[in-house]
Formats: sequence, C-alpha cells, structure tokens
Amino acid sequence: MIRVVLPPHLRTLAHVGMEVSIDVQGAITQRSILDALEASYPMLCGTIRDHDTKERRPFLRFFVCGEDWSHESPDHPLPQEVAGGKEPFLVIGAIAGG
Amino acid sequence: MSKVRVLVGTHKGAFVLTSDGKREKWDVSGPHFAGWELYHVKGSPVDTSRIYASQTSGWFGQIIQRSDDGGKTWTQPGTPPGEQNTPQGPQKGESNKFVYKTSPENGGKPLTTHQWYDGTQHPWEFKRVWHLEPSLTDADTVYAGVEDAAIFKSTNGGKSWEEMPGLRGHGTGPKWQPGAGGMCLHSIVLDAKDPKRMYIAISAAGAFRTDDGGNSWKPINKGLKSQYIPDPNAEVGHCVHHIAAHPARPSVLFMQKHWDVMRSDDAGDSWHEVSGNLPTDFGFVIDVHAHEPETIYVVPIKSDGEHFPPDGKLRVYRSRTGGNEWEPLTKGLPQSDCYVNILRDSMAVDSLDKCGIYFGTTGGQVYASHDAGDNWAPIVQNLPAVFSVEVQTLR
Repeated sequence: MIRVVLPPHLRTLAHVGMEVSIDVQGAITQRSILDALEASYPMLCGTIRDHDTKERRPFLRFFVCGEDWSHESPDHPLPQEVAGGKEPFLVIGAIAGG
Repeated sequence: MSKVRVLVGTHKGAFVLTSDGKREKWDVSGPHFAGWELYHVKGSPVDTSRIYASQTSGWFGQIIQRSDDGGKTWTQPGTPPGEQNTPQGPQKGESNKFVYKTSPENGGKPLTTHQWYDGTQHPWEFKRVWHLEPSLTDADTVYAGVEDAAIFKSTNGGKSWEEMPGLRGHGTGPKWQPGAGGMCLHSIVLDAKDPKRMYIAISAAGAFRTDDGGNSWKPINKGLKSQYIPDPNAEVGHCVHHIAAHPARPSVLFMQKHWDVMRSDDAGDSWHEVSGNLPTDFGFVIDVHAHEPETIYVVPIKSDGEHFPPDGKLRVYRSRTGGNEWEPLTKGLPQSDCYVNILRDSMAVDSLDKCGIYFGTTGGQVYASHDAGDNWAPIVQNLPAVFSVEVQTLR
C-alpha cells in the first residue's frame, strides 16, 4: 500500500485523517498515485491537479523522502521507499498569503 | 409561522442565520467549510431545503457543495461524504469540474480569447464560481457565473456542469477584460415571466441578455457611459457591479455600475442614469423591495480608490421612485468611523409583509432591517469579511 499525507483542508474534504493508504497498480509515480487517490476519494478530484489538464495546482507541492518532486515528470518512478510503504507521498500546501 | 434563513458567504466559511418572522432573535450556525472562501450561497426557490454553495480556495480550487436539509449537512453533489469510488464504479467527482467549451469548427481550439491587462489577447482560465443562481422552476437546475467570465448550467443538482457557450462565443469576447477583482460573471437574473430570458453581468464587459434559454446572447449596454475606458459609450467593456430586478416586473432592471446607478425599462435595450441626489454613485450592491417594484436600495461607497462609505458613515440609500430621488437610511447603522465595504452580492431582501432588507460588510457584520430600511440592527457581528448574503423566506 502507498501512504499519502494530505494537507488539513483536503483531509476535511475527504473525511480522512492525516494519512491515507491506497492500493496503486503498476509503476509507482506521481501520476499513478494521484489517479488512485482520486479514484478512491472522488471528492478530491480537481483539488490537487487541474480537473482538465491534470497539472499540479500552483500552490501545492509534492515531497518524497525529504525532497521536492513537484517539478519532476509525473511519470518518473518514485523511490523504493515510497513504493514499499516506508515513506509517504506528501501533498503540501504552500505557506502563502502572509 | 414564517421563518427567515439568511445564507452568508464569507472569506473563511459559510454561516446560516435563522429567525422567526419577527426577525428579532437570530440563531447562528457555522462556520461551514471553515477556512475556505465562500463566494456565494443560495437556496432554491422551488425547494427551500436545497441550498447550493460555492466553496473555493487559491490552493485547492473550486468545490461545489449542496445541502438538502436547509444547511444542516452538506455534500459534494454526486459524491456523498465517506463514499469511495472504485475503478469500475460510476464516474464521480465531476461536481467541481468546470471546463470551457472549445470550437468544434476550429479543430477544438479555444472558443475565444479576451483582453489582458496589457491589451494583448489572453486565453480563458477557470478560477472560481462567483455566483450560483438556482432555477425558478426546477430544484436540480442551477446556473453558475464563473471567473474567467462564462456561464455554466447543471441540470442534475450540481453533479456535473456544462458551459453555455453562446455567451462567450457571440463575438465580443476579445473585448472583455478583467476588472480589479478579476474577469467575473457575477450577476445572473432569471426572468420570472419568460423562462427563456435571462440577464447576466460581467466585470468588465457589461450586461448581456438571452431570449432563447441561453443559446444566443447579445450585449445590452446602450446608455452606459464609462469615462475610464477608451470609448465611454462602447458596446462592451463596462464595469458593471450588480444588476437586480423585481420578479413581478422583470423587464425593468436596476444596475449599480462602477460609477453610476442605472435603470432600464426595456429589458436592457437602453439604460438611463438614476443616480440623482446620491452623495456618490460608486458602489457595489443594488436590490429591489419585495413588494414595491419602484423601491430600490444602494449603499454608496466613496470612490473606486477608497472602498468605504463617505465620511465614515454607513448609509443605505432608498429610492421609492425607482431612482433619482434618494433618502439616507441611518437608524441603527454606524455614523462615524465606519470604513467597511459592501460587496456586490451582499444585499438581499425577504418577502415577509414588512419587507426585510439585509446586507453584509467586509468588517464581518450582517445588518438587517425588518421595516424596509427605516431601522437597522446587526444580526451578527465579527464574522470574517462577508462576500455574499442571500435570504430565504420560509412559510
């Protein structure tokens, strides 16, 4: 199972705690994780990626193993620590707005 | 006994205020969707338990919420809370999806572009829903006015949305431009007598009308004069702030423009100014008394550069003559050191015998008058900045 940590407002929207576990088929990438996340929690559709273009929303970032993967290709395989469930895939909202 | 429900959208959540017909004691519930911007919350006139809300965030985008029990509980339409989808399951999560139509004759290219701040053309980009207008005849049909300006329609209670492309596609789109608050479609007025006619307004493009249920649209801005644009009498480009009409007389329209309070007696075909003796004719809100179609209300704001009441005095102005002759209404409103703004969707009326008038401020107060404006009192204070106020009269 893949572990995903969501920012607080999305936890409220999805009625879940800080972290969810989802089953992801095939290669473990940003795209496959987010596809599986949206399939499991359809109320999150459009909140992390644009509904139409599937591009990351500008004020969100994806962190893996302490590194910012936001500008990596969404199809780039993620580290084994995430694929093996040792480390979570973090969706983080930017600190913005003063 | 009659009841009144006031739906308040704020910078940090939605609030539902309820009272009996006396409108003296108010129960406040909320914040619903705490921490999110609630641009608009409005109930269906067909089923008063049905309420639609536009929940939005710079981080997480647009969410549509719906209540079927008068605001006690909420769901994203088609996606009940806690229900998980499966890869084989039905398509869900579409209630937040607002995708602009493209041009099929043009190989799927964008329908049109609009003018950007520097005068160049810019593609349409969806930002948020500013206004939700439930149908007058069907609780499952609702219209959404969005930024960048377009009108969408749902016929399944908000589960999915489809643009009505005749508005953006009618030809003047390349001349539309964003106002200071963005290029938003903020006003939707449904004609209570003609189901195929509706009016919308866009900042900064102007007012538009359809007579065929939204298939085709035309600008209705003749008579508007805007000194701040290159051609003050242009067909489009005017910064309309709000329009209102009385349900019994829907071809008479009232408009608060950036500057100027305007009136049309021919369904928008022509407009004339009715600012009369107002201390300033800049403002955002305008509304019509529930039982007197010639009685209208505005809240003058000092100027486009100073968005607060003149002289620090919060005054609603009432005209009983459909404009031109205005009287200040001050009893119960702060008459010194008041520097709040009243945003365009923040005034509404109830339909009890003595018409109630309500408005919200960016200071977080919601003021109400249960005698058509003669006396006022705050019914809640210290909310986040108020974006919208709507009223349901429950009988």
